[in-house]
Amino acid sequence: MAAPPPKRIRRRLALAAAFGLLPLTAACGGVSLAGDDSSKSFTTMGYGLGDALSGARMDQARKALDIKIRVNEGSFDEQQFLSSVAADDPPDVVNMDRAKIGGYAARGALLPLDACAKKEHINVDAYRDPAIDEATLNGKLYGLPNSYDSRVMLINGDLLKDEGLTPEDFDTSDWDRLERTTKKLVKSDGGKLSRIGFNPKIPEFFPMWVKANGGALITDDGRTATLNSPKVVEALEYTSNLLKIQGGWGKVKALNDSFDMFGTKNPMARKQIGALPFENWWVNVLAQNSPKTDLVAVPFKDRKGRTINWTTGYSFAIPKGSKHPDEACTFIKAMSSAKTWQIGAKAKRAEAKKNKGPYVGDFTGNAAADRDIETKIWKPSGNEAYDKATRTLYDVQDKGFAVPANAAGSEFTSAWQKAVNRVLSGEQTPKEALDQAQKQAQSVLDIANQGKR
Amino acid sequence: MTAPTLGDPRPGARRGGLRAAFKRRDTRAAYLFILPWMIGFLIFTAGPMIASFVLSFTNYDGIGSTQGVGLANYKQLFDDPSVAKSMMNTLLFTVLRVPLQMAIALALAMLLLRVGRAAGFFRTVFYLPVMTPHVAVGVLFLMLFNGNVGVINKALGYIGITGPSWTTDGPWIKPGLVLISLWSLGTTVVIYFAALRNVPQDLYEAAELDGAGPWGRFRHVTLPQISGALFFTLVVNTIGSLQTFTEAYTAFYGTGQAQSYTSDDALFYVVYLFQQAFQFMHMGYASALAWLLFVVIVVITVIQFRLSKRFVYYEGDAR
Repeated sequence: MAAPPPKRIRRRLALAAAFGLLPLTAACGGVSLAGDDSSKSFTTMGYGLGDALSGARMDQARKALDIKIRVNEGSFDEQQFLSSVAADDPPDVVNMDRAKIGGYAARGALLPLDACAKKEHINVDAYRDPAIDEATLNGKLYGLPNSYDSRVMLINGDLLKDEGLTPEDFDTSDWDRLERTTKKLVKSDGGKLSRIGFNPKIPEFFPMWVKANGGALITDDGRTATLNSPKVVEALEYTSNLLKIQGGWGKVKALNDSFDMFGTKNPMARKQIGALPFENWWVNVLAQNSPKTDLVAVPFKDRKGRTINWTTGYSFAIPKGSKHPDEACTFIKAMSSAKTWQIGAKAKRAEAKKNKGPYVGDFTGNAAADRDIETKIWKPSGNEAYDKATRTLYDVQDKGFAVPANAAGSEFTSAWQKAVNRVLSGEQTPKEALDQAQKQAQSVLDIANQGKR
Repeated sequence: MTAPTLGDPRPGARRGGLRAAFKRRDTRAAYLFILPWMIGFLIFTAGPMIASFVLSFTNYDGIGSTQGVGLANYKQLFDDPSVAKSMMNTLLFTVLRVPLQMAIALALAMLLLRVGRAAGFFRTVFYLPVMTPHVAVGVLFLMLFNGNVGVINKALGYIGITGPSWTTDGPWIKPGLVLISLWSLGTTVVIYFAALRNVPQDLYEAAELDGAGPWGRFRHVTLPQISGALFFTLVVNTIGSLQTFTEAYTAFYGTGQAQSYTSDDALFYVVYLFQQAFQFMHMGYASALAWLLFVVIVVITVIQFRLSKRFVYYEGDAR
């Protein structure tokens, strides 16, 4: 066995080790020792390169900019974004949910795009009004659309045939009939729900039901909540009852959570659901995975029989502290232009062909791009069900509405969503829940509009 | 007269002893060794704690200008129904989880003692789930406990029990999360196993000679002998449960869509704190929330320490 080193050497080794650990410890705490000069590259947040469409569009943006673009893939992360803005090191451009833009804009986290639009000669009128309205706070524009999600009724045609029903049985303008159809289609096996007759998709789609009932969650100027107005309360009473008659929220959600929404065993193919309102992107998913399913897409109607389409989506915005605001403006223009969308749509059509699925169009928030894609790129595939669904989706584009932007952003959304959840869990009646939500929502709006807590 | 030592209870002896000790090279080297940790603690723990205390008196939102708001954030804590709701959820979760976790961990540790040479293998098996990322556990919860197709309800179905909607029925969410949290009780098992192995065998023999049966030996020998380990895990697991975040957040708040469908029954205190800080951008208020939690944890821990004097046996203790 080797003899231990002399005492003095041991002490020196100990000291050297202690000092040696110092920088290592600091690095563990998050101090980056590697240089990363963010001024030399252009960074994005919240934009993914998951399909041919997004990749082709990014290629167009790269051509428009003289600077290297670093794409931080993954969805928009609030914590990451807020931390980067607070540290004065934000991404140059961010792709975020439009419903959140008002909240960030009110706090000064985003730069207005009015000057950018003027400088780059961007025709803001070319974009669809709901997408612009949702990103406009106190008369200033903060985002241009990167997506435009429409909502239509998706009905299981195969199930309709089995049960001797027609798409009219799911007419959302006739609430009594819709309730009867729901009762007829819901199915349980051994006390366990095996088929949802109709899923109203609340809380998520509650704004659409409120609009259908002639109400609104907030005034057009985004300053006054109207959550406990009679029309809103009635909409919640009706939609929550639709879930109640199918065994209650717990059972419906448990079955819904078990659905394979993105695969070949999706609830339409397996006849696990009669109908539901849904965003346009699911038509695309179903087209790829279940081209043989008889999908029936019809417009969602208000109680007077008029088509309505609650639209949401993502928009590009420029954070405060962006190192390249001018390039960000050029980037946004390039990404949202009709020409870029056309190129992207062609790439996506080619991808769909390669995967042997029908191309069901793209919906962009840019009216000119939508027209171009519908008339020049999309062609009927011969799959009658999906061709009709695509036509329906294009038909509802002009009937869109959005929840007006407001300074409370996520906090306002949370207030009404929690109210709906309290009703679904049986904690409160619709009136009680919405009275509480109204008080809460108006309080956060007032605070946000005054700019202080 | 003897020189004062570090353990000398006489007034002034300890101070003089430390000063004298610091003159020694070995002591200085020891302090140098712990210096990196101390610097890390000051910068990454004490510093942020002081900053959050200051921020709790402001309307800081992480972006714009900041003004002092006095005690407004602390007053708001009492007016905000979500604070009471999330605190009650968290306390109920803790009350359900900690005793259950300790009881099952103790039972497993006692089983480990009986498996002889295979103990090492099973110890590893029990500990492996601790390595599972908490995010994965959150996702696992949704899959295993789905009321319709989950494995748990299928298993209950085999014995004629119709399981509840664990992930969607408000009253069942917390019990469900308690059960999935047992997935990672390996650390507690290992601690108990080590404590059990240190119980002197002669005490069991003496108890047996006195006529004690298995329960008597467990009650009067095992429990007192491992009470230190039990107390340690009680304190640590209570604090961990009060700070529960990842599993609940992943399962119910991970995406905007998931969040929209989640009732307040899954709203844990730290989840609400996170929402206030990063979703609603009320950093000042979130700081006040953090300090309230700190106070609650301190109060509970102090109570536990007070009670421990009656129940915990330390070797060499005169009681």
